[in-house]
Parts: sequence; C-alpha cells; structure tokens
Amino acid sequence: MTARRESLRRIALTMGAAGIALVVSLLVSTVVLLLSDADPVEVFTEVVEYGQKPAQLVNMLNKGTGYYLSAIAVAIGFRMALFNIGVDGQYRLAAMLAAALGAAVSLPAPLHVLMIVVVAMAVGALWAGIAALLKVTRGVSEVISTIMLNAIAGSIVAYLLHPDRLAVSVAGSNNIGTEPLPASARVPGLRLAGTESRVFGMVIVAMLVGVGYWVLLNRTRFGFDLRATGQSPTAAIASGVDVRRMVVTTMLLSGAVAGLVGLPQLLGASYTYGLDFPAGIGFTGIAIALLGRNHPVGIALGALLWAFLEEASQILDLLEVSPEIVRIIQGTVVLSVVVVYELVRRYTISQQQRSVGEQLAAEEPAVEGARA
Amino acid sequence: MTTSLEKPVATRLRRGVTPGRLSGRALLAAGVVAFGVLSIVRWTTGENQLTSSGTMTGALSLAVPIGLAGLGGLWSERAGVVNIGLEGMMILGTWAGAWAGFQWGPWWGVLAGLVGGALGGLLHAVATVTFGVDHIVSGVAITILAGGLARYLSVVAFVGEPGGGPTNSPPVRRAMGTVTVPVLSGGQVGGWDSPDLLRTVERTGVPVVADLAGVLRGLTHHVSHLTVLAILLVPLTWFVLWRTAFGLRLRSCGENPTAAESLGINVYRMKYVAVVVSGALAGLAGAFLVTVASSNYQEGQTAGRGFIGLAAMIFGNWRPTGLAGGAALFGYADKLQLSDAVHPLLVIVALVLAALAVRNILRRRYVAAAAGAVLAVAFATWFFVTDDVPSQLVSSTPHLVTLLVLFFASQRLRMPAADGQPYRRGQSG
Repeated sequence: MTARRESLRRIALTMGAAGIALVVSLLVSTVVLLLSDADPVEVFTEVVEYGQKPAQLVNMLNKGTGYYLSAIAVAIGFRMALFNIGVDGQYRLAAMLAAALGAAVSLPAPLHVLMIVVVAMAVGALWAGIAALLKVTRGVSEVISTIMLNAIAGSIVAYLLHPDRLAVSVAGSNNIGTEPLPASARVPGLRLAGTESRVFGMVIVAMLVGVGYWVLLNRTRFGFDLRATGQSPTAAIASGVDVRRMVVTTMLLSGAVAGLVGLPQLLGASYTYGLDFPAGIGFTGIAIALLGRNHPVGIALGALLWAFLEEASQILDLLEVSPEIVRIIQGTVVLSVVVVYELVRRYTISQQQRSVGEQLAAEEPAVEGARA
Repeated sequence: MTTSLEKPVATRLRRGVTPGRLSGRALLAAGVVAFGVLSIVRWTTGENQLTSSGTMTGALSLAVPIGLAGLGGLWSERAGVVNIGLEGMMILGTWAGAWAGFQWGPWWGVLAGLVGGALGGLLHAVATVTFGVDHIVSGVAITILAGGLARYLSVVAFVGEPGGGPTNSPPVRRAMGTVTVPVLSGGQVGGWDSPDLLRTVERTGVPVVADLAGVLRGLTHHVSHLTVLAILLVPLTWFVLWRTAFGLRLRSCGENPTAAESLGINVYRMKYVAVVVSGALAGLAGAFLVTVASSNYQEGQTAGRGFIGLAAMIFGNWRPTGLAGGAALFGYADKLQLSDAVHPLLVIVALVLAALAVRNILRRRYVAAAAGAVLAVAFATWFFVTDDVPSQLVSSTPHLVTLLVLFFASQRLRMPAADGQPYRRGQSG
C-alpha cells in the first residue's frame, strides 16, 4: 500500500513540477509581451484558438513527429548518463544518404520504404558508434566528440550535396537536393477530418519507437542494466554489468533512433534531401527530452508543446507581436523545467530520507527486543 | 568514482607520468617541428600562403575568439563547473557588443559584450551552483535560450535602424584601432612611414627565414587593440589562477570542493565568480566577432566557436598555454580553409602519419604502424593525384583535429578532479 502511495505522490510531484514550470514560463511570456506593448490576454486567447484548427493540428503532429524521435534518441543516452549531443549530425547524414540510396534503387513499395528506414538507422548508428568507440577505447568524453562529429557530418553533407556528386537541381527553384524518391518509397499520409493536409504516416513509426523505448527500458534485462549504469556505474560494475559494452550498445541504439528523425519529413513531404531540409532538430530533441523527463509520454507532450509554440508563432505576426518571442518562451520553459525538476528531486529525496528515518525509529525497539 | 572506463588514466598516473606538466614543453617542441615542416613544404610546393603574413594575420583574428572562449571554459572548469553554454554566452556577447557598438563605438561594444556574456554566466551559475542542475543540461538550455533571446532582441532593437534587420545589426560605429610595429612591419612614427623590414625579408622566399618573417609580420602588422588585449589575457589568466591565493582557492574548488570547504573557502562564491568570469570571456569573444572580425552582428555568427573553444581548452589540457596553442592551431586551419590553401597540408598530414608509423614500429606496435603507414600513403596519393581539396570538407578541419588529438592524447589529459560533479554545501560525506 505504501508503494502505491509513493508512486501516486511521485506522479503528483511530477505534474506539479511541470505545472510550476509552465506558470513560470507564462509569467515570463506575459512580461515580454507587456514589454513589447501587446495585450497578453488577447495574444494567449488568439494563440490557443489558432492552435486548435485542424490544419494547424496536422502541422503540429507532423513537426512533433521528428521532434519526438529526436528526443527519444537523446533520452536513450540520458538514461545511462550519456550525452548524445550528436543527434543533429546523425539524422542529417542518415537522411541524406538514405534519400540518395532510396532514389537510386527500385524496389516494391513496402520493401523500398523498409530499405530506406534500415539504411537511415544504420548510418545514424554508425555515426554515433564513432563517439562510442572513442569513449570506450580512449576515454574521450562523448559530449565533445559528438559536437565535433556534428560539424564533420555537416561538412560531409555539404560536400555530397553538390551537383557533381549526389545532388540535382530541384525543378522550379534554385535549390538543389538528392534525386526525388519514386512513388514506391513514399509513405502515404493519414487523413484528419476538416482539412486537406495529411498527417505523416511515419507518426505510427514514432509511436512504435516510443512503445519500444518504454518496453526496452522497463521490461528487459538490458533496460535494467542501462538504468543501473546511469544511476551508479560502480554498483552496475559490481553486479556484473560490462559498462563498455553498455556504452557502445546504448550509443548505437540512440544513433539508430536518431537516424529516423529526418524520415517523416523525407518520406512524407519533401521526398528529397535538399539544402532547405530542416536542420537543428537534434538540439530541439535535447530540450524536449529534458522537458519530458525522458519518459515516452512526457516526451510526446513536450514535442507537441514545442511544435504548438512554433505553429503559434505564425499568428503572432498578425497580432503585431514579433514571432521570435516563441524562442524565448521555449528557452525559458526548458530552463525553468530543469530547475524545478531538480528542486523536486531534492525535495523527494529528503522526504524519503525522513520517512525511512521515521520507519526505522518505529521499528527500533522491536529489533532490540529480538536481539535480547 | 572508479569505473572501468577510467582505468587507462589511472595506469598512466601510476607509471609516474605527470600529465599536467607535459603539455607546455611538448607543445613548444611540436610547434617548432611543425613550423620547420611547414617551411619546407611551403618552399617545395611554392604555396606561399602557407606562412605568409596575410595568412598569419587572418589566422590570428580567427584564433582570438576561439582562444577567448577557451579561456572562459578554463575559468569555469578549473572551479569545477563544466560550461557547455559558452556558445550561448558568446551569442549574447555578439548581440550586446553590436547593440552598444553601433550606437557608441567599438569599445562600448566590448564592454557590453563582456556584460552580456557575464549575464549568461550568471544564469549558468544560478542554475548549476545554487540549484544544482546538471552542468551540461543547463549549458544546453542556455545556448537554446540565448539564440532565441538574440533573435527577439534584434527584432526589437535593430529593425528600423539603417542597415539593421531581424538577423543583423547596423554596422558598428567606427572600426577598432590597430597597432603596427615601426621599422619591423612598417608602422608610422609621428608622420614618418618607417620601413617594412619583415615584408622585404618575407618576399625573398628563403626557407625558414622568410617563413619566420611572415609569421612575425603577421603578428605585428595591423593588429587590433582588442587582439593585443586578448593575447595578454592568457598570461594574466595563468598568473591569477596559478600564482595568487585567489587562484589556488578557485582551483581547489574544481579539484576537491569538500576539502576547500573544510579550509573555510566559500565554494559557492568561488564558483559564482569563476562562472561569471567565464561568461564574460565568452562574451568578449562575441564582442571581438562584431567589432574586429566583422563589422556588425549577424545571426549564426558564432558558428560553433564556443564549442571549438571548449575543444581548444581540452586540447590544451586545461592549461592557458596549451589552450592558446590549440586556438592558434584551429585559427590557422580555419584561415587556410578560407584562403583555399589546404592542398599542401595533405603532405604534412602524410608526413605526420608516417612519423607516427615509424614511432609505432620502434615501439613494436605493428598493427598500429601498418594502419598509420597505409593512411600516410593514402594522403600522399591524394596530394599527388588531385589539385585541390573540396572546400566543404576542409571546413571541418578543426573538428577533425580535435577528434584526432583526443584520440591520441586523451590519456595524457587530466581534467580538474571534481569537474562537472554536483556539489552541495555541507552535504559531503
């Protein structure tokens, strides 16, 4: 019964923390809005109304899919105290190579998509694997190596995305990109009532990844080892966990998921990796993993919130508020969330210590009695 | 905390190698050797840009922001706080520097840049020291926040000004002054144009001598005042951190905060000071970008230099001289890439790899030696078969160098013992 009460209290605390963070961010946004001579109440109502229109909902879901995958990739590392800052480089390299290869071969529809997915995951995993190898063989911090690998991936993509190599000009613009994917490699969208735009089919894959992440971490031996290593490497080693192998496996997994990040956009909308392919989703993923506290449901909420804020920024222009305010709100949300979570964590620990202390104090006479 | 990952470091230490002492002298020796090789390659390939004074001037101004960011990282990490938010603090520095610079001139820009970066540092200190948030998490969050803040503030402050817009500021009023040494590099004394001796020597093209003249002239010709100041900050940092009681206290917070606390040091205050100074230095790096390296604020101007600065600091083994060497190397690689003169470097890479292979043979590590030899031959072939290196690939030279350095030298590096670890006052056990 106490265990159930404990978990109830934990959920309440988490919700409370998220609520406090949200209130702080709303306060900051209100101040910023007031400073820029806007009526906060009017802006908030307009934004919420705008965000509920079907077309905007579809956009939110579509944007959120990539963010979700990116945040899951980051979270896999976070749970083991590994910082995969390199999701950005991993997904861009993966999406670009998968796009080029996907356009070069012809296969029947399901196989074609499957091949692109597998290639993207493999590329992402390999790129993350470099950082893992550097860490386990030479002790190089993954924070620095993944940041460097991001830049290197960026220059490889820039090199390959050239008319002499993998790129062709995109018809009707001065953009260049990989050959467009044939119909067999495109993932059809899902309908939503009340709008012409479609939800990316890859949203289902993202959901599966979320479920898989939860099962892997909470219902398998591997997940247990992973969390144990993240919380106390010494304890993990003492119980027979091979930390080096865990580092490599976790980084490969994180990289494989990172490889998927660009695919919703690639297979559902752009069908080519061009100069204008969205960049920076890897960093967004870090923020969202922090917001969602590495929990698959929390991350989903965080991804939707992030996408909602970005969608909302479009209406701010009409209200004569500069849309950039959204980026301040996003930054404030993240920062206040991490601070509040840390405070709650400390509060929880002190509460646990107190309750354990009380229990021990209550049991003490009995123990003594048994001894005597 | 001894995990199996840290074992190699421990073995090293037991063998009596003192890693901290190694970097300065080794770097100097490496620098001399590299210079000799460069000079010979310059002479044989005829690629005069390799050591020309123009290249050196450019390399210097590219190295300064990296070095300043690295110094920022050094201050913070010596006090035990990992500062991955340097990039964000640098962004704040560029914005603030341009904002004050376009209204009142470059030195106000420098001051504002310092303040802007310091505010970013203060935020990091509040989050990591007071609230105990994970250092990397806080740094990432600050970088995200800084990017958004700079964009928003640009819309508020720069749109509508002549030459300003949502992603760029109006030009900074007046350029920052420069110094040129008279006689050696053609500086003016009173109204007299003194001779430019170094340029004359440089133009002779004599190996080593002309190269040396090129390097010296690059460091003495049209050097901005802020560059001079930035270079002076390296010995100043060394002096403050390693030769004063304050510095000893600050570093003790990075090595063993509990011991520091027991000696009566206010660890929180030390960490606050260190992180705020760290932010100010990163902000100064940003101000340098807007007042010297270019003439206004442009979004994305920092281009990851904060991270490269962090890499330079690690490259330099958490010591000022080493990080200055790292910054110089990265600045030089960056400049060669900009002036499209990287092709001859392939020979140098081949030579270095060959030398490493020979060393491995002597140490009876044949597999490593064979790998090195194969790579050396590959680079040499690349050099002889092609005429240039694709510029897109070259732009990642500093990053690749960082990875290689970490790969080869990571076990000699020793970061402050308590770097990045949470510390709560009075909760040590």
